[in-house]
Amino acid sequence: MNDQAETGGQRVRFYQTGTHTVGNRLMDAATRTVQSSIDRSNAITSGHRACQGCGEALGARYALDAAMRAAGGRMVAVNATGCLEVFTTPYPETSWQIAWLHSVFGNAPAVATGVAAAMRATGRTDVRVVAQGGDGGTTDIGFGCLSGMFERNDDVLYICYDNEAYMNTGVQRSSATPAFARTATTPAVGPHPGNVFGTGKNLPRIAMAHEIPYVATASVADLHDLEAKVTRAMAIGGARYIHIMVPCPLGWGSASQDTIKLARLAVESGLFPLFEAEHGDVTAVKTIRHQVPVEAYLRPQKRFAHLFREGHEDHQTLAAIQAMADANIRRYGLLGEGKA
Amino acid sequence: MLKQIEGSQGMAEAIALCRPQVICAYPITPQTHIVEGLGAMVKDGRLQGCEYINVESEFGAMSVAIGASAGGARAYTATASQGLLFMAEAVYNAAGLGLPIVMTLGNRAIGAPINIWNDHSDAMALKDAGWIQLYAETNQEAADLHIQAFRIAEELSCPVMVCVDGFILTHAFERIDLPTQEEVDRFLPPYVPVQQLDPDNPYSIGAMVGPEAFTEVRYLGHQKHIDALEVIPRVADEFRAAFGREAGGLIRPYRLEGAETVLVALGSINGTIKDVVDAERERGVKAGAISICSFRPFPLAELNEALSGAKRVVCIEKSLSPGLGGVLASNLRMALRGHAVPVYTVIAGLGGRPILRSGIAGVIEAAGRDALDDITFLDLNRSAVEGQLTRAAGLRESGPIAENLLKALNPGLVHRVSPRRAGE
Repeated sequence: MNDQAETGGQRVRFYQTGTHTVGNRLMDAATRTVQSSIDRSNAITSGHRACQGCGEALGARYALDAAMRAAGGRMVAVNATGCLEVFTTPYPETSWQIAWLHSVFGNAPAVATGVAAAMRATGRTDVRVVAQGGDGGTTDIGFGCLSGMFERNDDVLYICYDNEAYMNTGVQRSSATPAFARTATTPAVGPHPGNVFGTGKNLPRIAMAHEIPYVATASVADLHDLEAKVTRAMAIGGARYIHIMVPCPLGWGSASQDTIKLARLAVESGLFPLFEAEHGDVTAVKTIRHQVPVEAYLRPQKRFAHLFREGHEDHQTLAAIQAMADANIRRYGLLGEGKA
Repeated sequence: MLKQIEGSQGMAEAIALCRPQVICAYPITPQTHIVEGLGAMVKDGRLQGCEYINVESEFGAMSVAIGASAGGARAYTATASQGLLFMAEAVYNAAGLGLPIVMTLGNRAIGAPINIWNDHSDAMALKDAGWIQLYAETNQEAADLHIQAFRIAEELSCPVMVCVDGFILTHAFERIDLPTQEEVDRFLPPYVPVQQLDPDNPYSIGAMVGPEAFTEVRYLGHQKHIDALEVIPRVADEFRAAFGREAGGLIRPYRLEGAETVLVALGSINGTIKDVVDAERERGVKAGAISICSFRPFPLAELNEALSGAKRVVCIEKSLSPGLGGVLASNLRMALRGHAVPVYTVIAGLGGRPILRSGIAGVIEAAGRDALDDITFLDLNRSAVEGQLTRAAGLRESGPIAENLLKALNPGLVHRVSPRRAGE
């Protein structure tokens, strides 16, 4: 989304407001966020069991409320097993105020395909289907079903809330866990502590390789951008994929009040590029406003604490991670035209 | 209308008459022609209002069916063998959610060793998944059971697996009487779900349930099966009234009057068994048979009553529970509690081995002498088994069992020399 908005005739650049985002009150009604609206759907209502500072709860709420507005309330959500499923539906309670279905861990994309087919077969073509899962449910166990849903171009928006490990089961490594991060199955011990460098998969790019109509990455640190991408995705038919980075205080060993800050630093360091792609080609990139070194993002997280032991800072590893961020910056042109 | 038709194609036509709204297909080896036939009917417009989805796996197939059924559509898929096991998690899930999906299972063996031929290992592996399991004896019944299955599934909101012997039925050409669309429409009303995903009436399906209510959810799933014991015969009665022929029901006794030795089996082997029973009766041997159509729910009371006069019961089973023996026999012993009737297991037809009339006659003869072991492996090649046991006892790296057996059975066929021999 543009980082400019028409506000009562005055062109305001978001970063000129002195904070990182423009306040809703400075924007005209049409440009304000869905979240700020009193008539938002509250797809996930309050009272759920997520941890304090849960990025996934935030991301799902942002995404689904935006999707509900885009769909005019005619929407069904399918959920993979995972934190989001568990913390929203402890028997006999549910936080879902929309029609919602959970089947098993690895099949949310296929279940969503089935729901979409049922809607067509029963003449309810106005009902849209959103499927969602964490990174484990998406990049690992649900990957086959997801790829199938993509290649068939089924009319489903799939949203991955990526907190970079299996958090619900006790913080084990997934194929979305970043290099060198400590998890329960990649402990910070031995000569090469943490997750093995050079492993993992980049699901947004894999989604792009399916040449589906729409792929985007988004961050809970940028509500306007996230909502705009969900809205755009909902305006398109066929298979769509949005990958949202959602910090996890529990798994990352970060302060619960730092969730938004860390999500922002991931973007501004270049480690988590924000972009959109249509039919396999990148069509828009969210440029970095204030580039930060990866260390600023890594240091507040205990899962990277082994890189920062006093007197034994792992400069070599930090350089390798910085090189990953720099490669992203070059690949997507994250510093803007002609900069890299 | 009478047709000389392959079993799978006959079933496909019967399923199409049930107006499924979502069909998902994955061609796992071994596949049947059912979903191919249905795919052609959707593509050329004979089957209207149906979404046909080529999925990426059997797990995907059942998952699409789950979504479709929860979305309010009549959902169908077919599988077999490895495919059923690959979708096992979703099979349990469909029953746990109470979704009335109908699935054909073209019964086949489970590897290893890989084997595409008929037995009941696949169905037995998932007998406790919460699905109703109906077994077809003939291709006519296979077609008819599907029409009944949608009625039963939707009345109870419980999924139904129609078990059809792979190859023996699925690939056999037989005469099948297929009803008209109007007849099926009168018998099978449109699907009215008991739960569905609806933005106008939103609720959560598939919520997490802890120890405080899980037992109750399971109890209610069990209760559906108890209710099915009434629904299945009623639907079979209604089917007879509507279509004028027998199909389905719980059990089908055959010549039980005065029967001392009663053979009990599932599926197509009952045809052979009945022929043998007729021949034995000709010779004055008091033999009878029961074909079990509904294996889940298991008709305990009906079997207890039907077998009350038997002197011995012999289960001809196309599956093996290693370390136990026969699953059907174990279940039957529960049906016969209170009766001092011995129940024998005969493991037969594994991996497609033909079950001959002579073999069954031999079983009846041995049973009559009370000379049957608790477990008998029909036509077991003892010398091949002993050869492998001897080889394994004398050699640590005795090699793959399957290859050793093939070598022993075909000595001129395999010339590979083991790269490492004892003592090297």
